[in-house]
Amino acid sequence: MRVLGRPVAAFLLIVWSVATALAVEPAERLPDPAMEARARAVSAELRCLVCQNESIDESHADLAHDIRVLVRERLSAGDTDAQATAAVVSRYGDFVLLRPPVKPATWVLWFGPVGLLALGLIGSFLWLRRRPGIGPTPLTVAEQQQLDRLLREDG
Amino acid sequence: MRRVIALVPVALFLVLAAYFFVVLQPGYDPHALPSAMIDKEAPAFDLPGLRDGKALARDTLRGQPAVINFFASWCVPCRQEHPLLMRLAATGKVAVYGIAYKDKPEDSTRLLDQMGDPYRAIGIDRLGRTGLDFGVYGVPETYVLDAAGHIRKRFVGPLTPADIEKELLPLLRTLGGS
Repeated sequence: MRVLGRPVAAFLLIVWSVATALAVEPAERLPDPAMEARARAVSAELRCLVCQNESIDESHADLAHDIRVLVRERLSAGDTDAQATAAVVSRYGDFVLLRPPVKPATWVLWFGPVGLLALGLIGSFLWLRRRPGIGPTPLTVAEQQQLDRLLREDG
Repeated sequence: MRRVIALVPVALFLVLAAYFFVVLQPGYDPHALPSAMIDKEAPAFDLPGLRDGKALARDTLRGQPAVINFFASWCVPCRQEHPLLMRLAATGKVAVYGIAYKDKPEDSTRLLDQMGDPYRAIGIDRLGRTGLDFGVYGVPETYVLDAAGHIRKRFVGPLTPADIEKELLPLLRTLGGS
């Protein structure tokens, strides 16, 4: 901080505080910091269904607020993290999970890319194996003699 | 082996063509989500009524299929589907109920005064808790409940004439509408 000087430090502090401004409104927060931390962790794994690419912890959408409150209610009522998550999933389905569970319905999602890569590798392997002799063809006798002559002249 | 490999591009083309055929249909919404509540019992609710104080509770809906429409006065697509609901209710064959989602009661009332009231009863869901329990993520949403109170279908977004003709009415027929 000494290098930057106070004004710069103050500026950075402001930028940082804006960047980390919470979607979680003060009124939503739980009095117990440990419980609030759990709620934040659970929320970070849940998709906001309105924005679809933000977690409810980051989203300012109305619905995200409702689900954050629901999560906090469940935790306050004594739910485990998994139970609170399950309460949301029972309403909105697996899609709310930013990390979808591995199960038969999501196998394509999880293993599809690996499967495609494997198919590509097998395909290229078969293809390359069936095209022999792309390497350098050996020189003919005349070419070899010409090369020898050139090398001798050089040396 | 060669033959099989030669067919791979054709197969890929067919798969892609089928995919595009589905997703490029007008009305296909890539953001619409299937309901997690299909075939499950509708969540319990007991809401204060908007008009005449007639409350709306899940357990009083049992016994016949019901259509539950989440709406709000601030929701533009709701106004778009409203005439369809009016027509549906006018047939008298379908029990249409409304839930005013996160809306001021006086605003809901004004909307219904302006555009007509298709609902047999309307519950006020001021905080959206019932919506949350149903898995509503935007209004309008419309749910079809069977006589046992199980959710059989969800429509996300405004109903279209095609939704009603091709899905809602046939479903209600199989459920034995009143």
